[in-house]
Amino acid sequence: MTKVAVITAGLGVPSSSRMLADQLSDALRTELSLSGQDATVDVLELRNYAVDIAQHLVSGFAPPALAAAIQSVTDADALIVVSPVFTGSYSGLFKSFFDVIDNTALEGMPVLMGATGGSARHALVLEHAMRPLFTYLRTRVVPTAVYAAPQDWGVGEDDEPALEQRARRAARELAAMLAGRSVTPARPANDRIEPSAPFEDLLARIQAPAS
Amino acid sequence: MEIGVFTVSDVTRNPLTGETPTEGERIKAAVAIAKKVEEIGMDVYATGEHHNPPFYASSPTTILGYIAAQTERITLSTSTTLITTNDPVKIAEDFATLQHLADGRVDLILGRGNTAPVYPWFGKNQQDSVELTIENYNLLRQLWDNDVVNWDGKYRTPLRNFTSTPRPLGGVPPFVWHGSIRTPEVAEIAAYFGDGFFANNIFWPKEHYQQLIGLYRERYAHYGHGTADQAIVGLGGQFFMARKSQDAVREFRPFFDNAPVYGHGPTMESFMDQTPLTVGSPQEVIEKTLSFQEFFGDYQRQLFLIDHAGLPLKTVLNQLDLFGELVLPELRAEFAKRRPAHVPDGPVRATQKVGAAAG
Repeated sequence: MTKVAVITAGLGVPSSSRMLADQLSDALRTELSLSGQDATVDVLELRNYAVDIAQHLVSGFAPPALAAAIQSVTDADALIVVSPVFTGSYSGLFKSFFDVIDNTALEGMPVLMGATGGSARHALVLEHAMRPLFTYLRTRVVPTAVYAAPQDWGVGEDDEPALEQRARRAARELAAMLAGRSVTPARPANDRIEPSAPFEDLLARIQAPAS
Repeated sequence: MEIGVFTVSDVTRNPLTGETPTEGERIKAAVAIAKKVEEIGMDVYATGEHHNPPFYASSPTTILGYIAAQTERITLSTSTTLITTNDPVKIAEDFATLQHLADGRVDLILGRGNTAPVYPWFGKNQQDSVELTIENYNLLRQLWDNDVVNWDGKYRTPLRNFTSTPRPLGGVPPFVWHGSIRTPEVAEIAAYFGDGFFANNIFWPKEHYQQLIGLYRERYAHYGHGTADQAIVGLGGQFFMARKSQDAVREFRPFFDNAPVYGHGPTMESFMDQTPLTVGSPQEVIEKTLSFQEFFGDYQRQLFLIDHAGLPLKTVLNQLDLFGELVLPELRAEFAKRRPAHVPDGPVRATQKVGAAAG
């Protein structure tokens, strides 16, 4: 069973970011089922955690609901992340959510990115803003990122709307990445404290390079 | 079980009056609070160390030396002394001097500090913080435990035939606690030397500190100082009290909401749910404090933060009077009842030769 966490930072109800997130997770589920795999999909709408995230930023720890949400993200086998474009980039809420997750907790995580905006002119936000964020976090981002502008939600002129084609291609890339991954690395829980090396080793490590 | 107060030494505006005390007023208030701590029968007064506004306590042993002359019984301590940026030689000298002046009523909590610019101000790099802690403490131990020290290290100029003076009072150095909010190496240092571990658990939820304290207890036993439940643990806490719970909440809320450390963030209620902060009746303070023993095991020192967030001196002294009358006797009785006979009731350094049981 593949655990997929879907994170969407849309603010409206319903939001176009949520619509895109659903489309991407449906596409992924379809791709996985082709190779006989089941998936559980856990959708996190960040608007529900907005106050908790702000509290975490100023207090340094997560309220219980946010802590559970972070845990479900760090425990997932793959992420689908979608943000609306605000003021030329992903939204502040989207960024803040990743700011409060330990910056090593998502290492190696397969990620599919999406964004929505009021105009197709923002499409490169995915490549110029969002992809560097997930590179910084050392995740593995699939090559295709999916941007949806208002006209994408209408009916396309071709047999299949372009958005669906892109969603399917991105989902196929993510499914392939998941299949190629022989073992899911054990990732530490967000707040897990690893034991220290013994004191004499700690001291020896300082003294060794100096001599 | 020792019970006392610790200060972070903040100079904070009183949100009710709009007035900010002067540094001088806050320093004199520290003396008044310490004297009140002794008067009501508490055991410890501890001061933080900071090197930037809005804090006044850059010179803890000066403050504690003055308090030593004004008190007779309480232990004078720190919360914390910066082991990263202070010269270990100066720490050894200052605290041994204070021991002699205070007739031995001295111990200290070592910590790494939480203010990044302090490192460059003192010629250090923050990325060396853990290494500085390890090397500096190893040197501090030698300065106190050995009459003549020959030493080479990475972060300080070598010492040849050096004797730190005055020698510790009666040949027994001050008891040392190691404070940490997130660093397992610090728990390891405390365990290795058989020192105390202080978890200032005032800002983060208890599950986090349970892990750190658990690591410390496990390693304390590993090094043969005693069983895990005999390890020396200290905890932070904070309260604001009134005889009636709702009065405490009403009176403290403006201070909480405007305090630089937690204001404009979580609500006071959610902070109380998740951290040791108690705002309420004496009975609620008693219950919350006893819950620490349930979460972390039997422990040896409880320090409370009571003079922060712009609370005026008069209020702080009233808080202590109320604590002495209604909380302290109850806590003492209940902690004594819960503690098994083999667990120390105060900080005692393990007598086991350091490292002898390491293997």
